[in-house]
Amino acid sequence: MTARNESAMSEPQQDVPNPNLSRREMGVGDVILQVRGLRTWFYTRAGIVKAVDGIDFDLRQGETLGIVGESGCGKSMTARSLLRLVPRPAGRIVSGQILLEGEDLVTKSEEEMRQVRGKRISMILQDPQTSLNPLYTIGNQLREALGQAHRGNSKSMVRRAIDALRSVNVAAPERRLHDYPHQMSGGMKQRVVGAIAISCEPSVIIADEPTTALDVTIQLQYLRLLKEIQENTGLAIIFITHDFGVVARMCDRVAVMYAGRIVEQGPVRELFNNPSHPYTEALMASVPKLEERVEWLYSIEGQPPLLRDLPPGCRFAPRCPEAREQCLAEYPSSHRLSPEHTAHCWRLDTSWQ
Amino acid sequence: MEVSLPTPAQAGPQAGRVSRFVREVRRYPLIPITILIVVLIIPAIFAPWIAPYHPIDDGGLPNRLKPPVWAEGGTWDHVLGTDKQGRDILSRIIHGAKYVLMVSLSVIFVSGIIGVSLGLIAGYFGGWIDNLIMRGVDVFLAIPAILLALALVTSRGPSFGVVIFVICFILWSRYARQVRGEVLTIKNQDFVARARVVGASHFRVIVRHILPNVFNTIIVLATLQVGFVILLEAILSFLGAGIPRPTPAWGLLVSEGRELVISGKGWQLSLFPGVAIVLVVLSFNLLGDWLRDRLDPKQRNL
Amino acid sequence: MQRFIVVRCFYAVLVLFAVSIIVFVLARASGNPIDTMLPLDATPEQQQVFMELWGLDKSYPEQYFDFLVNAFRGDFGNSVKWADRTAMGLVIERFPLTLKLGAVAIGISVLLAVPIGVLSAVKKDTIFDLNGKVFALLGQATPPFWLGIMLIWIFAVELDFFPTGGDEGISWIILPAITLGWFQVAALMRLVRSAMLEVLETEYVTLARVKGIREWKVVWKHCLRNASIPPLTLFGILAAQVMTGAIVTETVFSLPGTGNLAIEAIRGRDYPVIQAVVVLFAVIYIGMNLAVDILYAYLDPRIRYDRA
Repeated sequence: MTARNESAMSEPQQDVPNPNLSRREMGVGDVILQVRGLRTWFYTRAGIVKAVDGIDFDLRQGETLGIVGESGCGKSMTARSLLRLVPRPAGRIVSGQILLEGEDLVTKSEEEMRQVRGKRISMILQDPQTSLNPLYTIGNQLREALGQAHRGNSKSMVRRAIDALRSVNVAAPERRLHDYPHQMSGGMKQRVVGAIAISCEPSVIIADEPTTALDVTIQLQYLRLLKEIQENTGLAIIFITHDFGVVARMCDRVAVMYAGRIVEQGPVRELFNNPSHPYTEALMASVPKLEERVEWLYSIEGQPPLLRDLPPGCRFAPRCPEAREQCLAEYPSSHRLSPEHTAHCWRLDTSWQ
Repeated sequence: MEVSLPTPAQAGPQAGRVSRFVREVRRYPLIPITILIVVLIIPAIFAPWIAPYHPIDDGGLPNRLKPPVWAEGGTWDHVLGTDKQGRDILSRIIHGAKYVLMVSLSVIFVSGIIGVSLGLIAGYFGGWIDNLIMRGVDVFLAIPAILLALALVTSRGPSFGVVIFVICFILWSRYARQVRGEVLTIKNQDFVARARVVGASHFRVIVRHILPNVFNTIIVLATLQVGFVILLEAILSFLGAGIPRPTPAWGLLVSEGRELVISGKGWQLSLFPGVAIVLVVLSFNLLGDWLRDRLDPKQRNL
Repeated sequence: MQRFIVVRCFYAVLVLFAVSIIVFVLARASGNPIDTMLPLDATPEQQQVFMELWGLDKSYPEQYFDFLVNAFRGDFGNSVKWADRTAMGLVIERFPLTLKLGAVAIGISVLLAVPIGVLSAVKKDTIFDLNGKVFALLGQATPPFWLGIMLIWIFAVELDFFPTGGDEGISWIILPAITLGWFQVAALMRLVRSAMLEVLETEYVTLARVKGIREWKVVWKHCLRNASIPPLTLFGILAAQVMTGAIVTETVFSLPGTGNLAIEAIRGRDYPVIQAVVVLFAVIYIGMNLAVDILYAYLDPRIRYDRA
């Protein structure tokens, strides 16, 4: 805790965090999370749904990794898999490793996983309206999270709960403890959810589209808040979204997911300047830009493939304007465009003319 | 660019004729339908021809209290045994089916019409009319219907009409509640407003635009209620407030057996009519569940 | 909160009032008491005396008013069959047995239905869930009186574990309570299961898991309280079913409770007693519903605060 704070404190304070600048200045630290060949499949009556089908990525201390993709591409299941909260009995992690500071989470027992959840990896869920149990007070639900990590007396617990609320800029936290979720606004609820997530000082937070349910101004506030917390604590964030605009604002690196696989990943700036997978290009083209007059919004033709009925080759090929025979026949291997920028596309292969 | 992509149909396993047949059969609730036809419909219609004996005439002293065929002392003459007047239990059950069918059909029909109408009116007009009808539902639910039935039977004498009246008395409110809830959501949809704008009367809007939209709900509810009606009818018969003796209503048959079962003289008297009730009610409930999944998935969690 | 309770109480009184009208009308509509209470050869003078004695010479509104005032005091007049006893006195005397029976039956059904329903939801689509489903289907298809008779046959006649009737000791209550609770178990179980399934899929349950809370605590703290709200609404109806079920059960097992009294009263055309029983049952039903409403508000802070 102290070491983290020092490194964060030594940084120049910025009003509006600009991730593209702050990344190098903040001194992104060691790799704390490595995901290797992760596969999460669902065994349903209709067939095997390969929600996550062999993904690799690294996460370093203090950095923000964006995972982008259309809905249903496996982003949320990736998040759930990291916490081993895949819906059972249909869903199962069938192979791969999730190495948190060198320990493999996939092989841990359920009891050991409980020690990881909330304490070392935490998560902010999509919908603040339903993320809090309507029948218990904010204080009750905060203390519950704290109680898992600390065995303190009730007084110190209350103080910690108040601190947690204060750290997410909730006004008059002492009084808020006795409130029920329905007495708060959506933005306030999402702050409380954030407070619950950071209350046990985890080293990784997964934010699963935390702002989609909020209106635009509150979204922005919330994103700023997350960034601020990150700077103060040095935690690593996995930010799941379908919005490239948010990625540009929030993330240091980004992984683009399509049909259960990561098709391209790399530093945000490189990806923006040199998108190398047609899907990435298409996603970026569909983000409206403020400085341009929009005649029409680009949208990608067709639907993502059914995850239980995947094409044998590149999964984007059926929708790709440039697809050829080889794209449909075989999955493209990884191509390294720069030390940190990789993409899976036949266009990058030497055989492509 | 022409590329052939695997379609789901091609990708699926090549189903053999047998497994396709099995799958087709599983789409329909064949078991409950078969039970209903064998235990209820055929006996109700063809009782005089298929029942081996007369259901009411005495079977004579030597035939009294025969156990069923597989028990000690049983004969093939009386497959399910006889009662204390020597009457064949199987024949009595077969003849009883008719009353089960008659009561349940009339009750579902009558209470359905009353309940659906009131539910439509309450949901459509809202306001004080809604309030009045729904408080009415509360009042009817608060009155112990079985006591009401017994009181009516003692003053008017047991009859088919009393049974129908009493069960409708309980049942209509279920339709009213459900239909009202549905109407509340439907009436705010555009097509209702449009019908009003072009000058359709309230009656026309209700009958032509709202009723068809709650029809599935009504069908499902009606099927699910049949089992309940049969149970209620059986309870009334058991208490002596059902269809008057000596009709072999199933509840009455169970009730007639009670003394003999308790004194250990003839368990077959109560067992078999009860099994018939269980089979029929179970089948109707299964059928209702299936219909609900088919026609009205939003009720699935009820 | 206060306003919510006041409104509910007001409704309860309103319903009770309407019930009293129906009871009154039914008593008058089900035949002239003279025909059944006086011998056929009674003289017109005797009839006149009788009419005055029972207030039958007054107009219907007046009769109703008298009835209401008396009913409010719990006075339904003397029993016809047991002439020296008041109707309410008889009902009260027989009531403890019915209450005991009902309480044990509801206790059994809750103790069975809640755990089975919760586990069926948690272990959805497993063998356990399937068994629960079969159990519920059978439960809802079994006529309670038949179940009672079969229980007597198996456990009291063939195996001789329990008495066939009577109310001595403790063992007498087991078979009747199972008979009475059986039907309720199935309905309650299905409702608990579906409510649990709905809650298990909510984000706050996921969040609770994300926090690293033990699974049993997730289920019993975060799910069950939320999931208990829909089944609670059933409790009023449950009470009514148990009440009417008691009539059947007491008949099957020959127990001298209120239900049995009602049957005796009806066979003896004892209108004051019938009225007393109907009103008592209605009061219990309405009271249960009121209690459920208040409990509802206690369980769900949204109601507690919003309507304050």
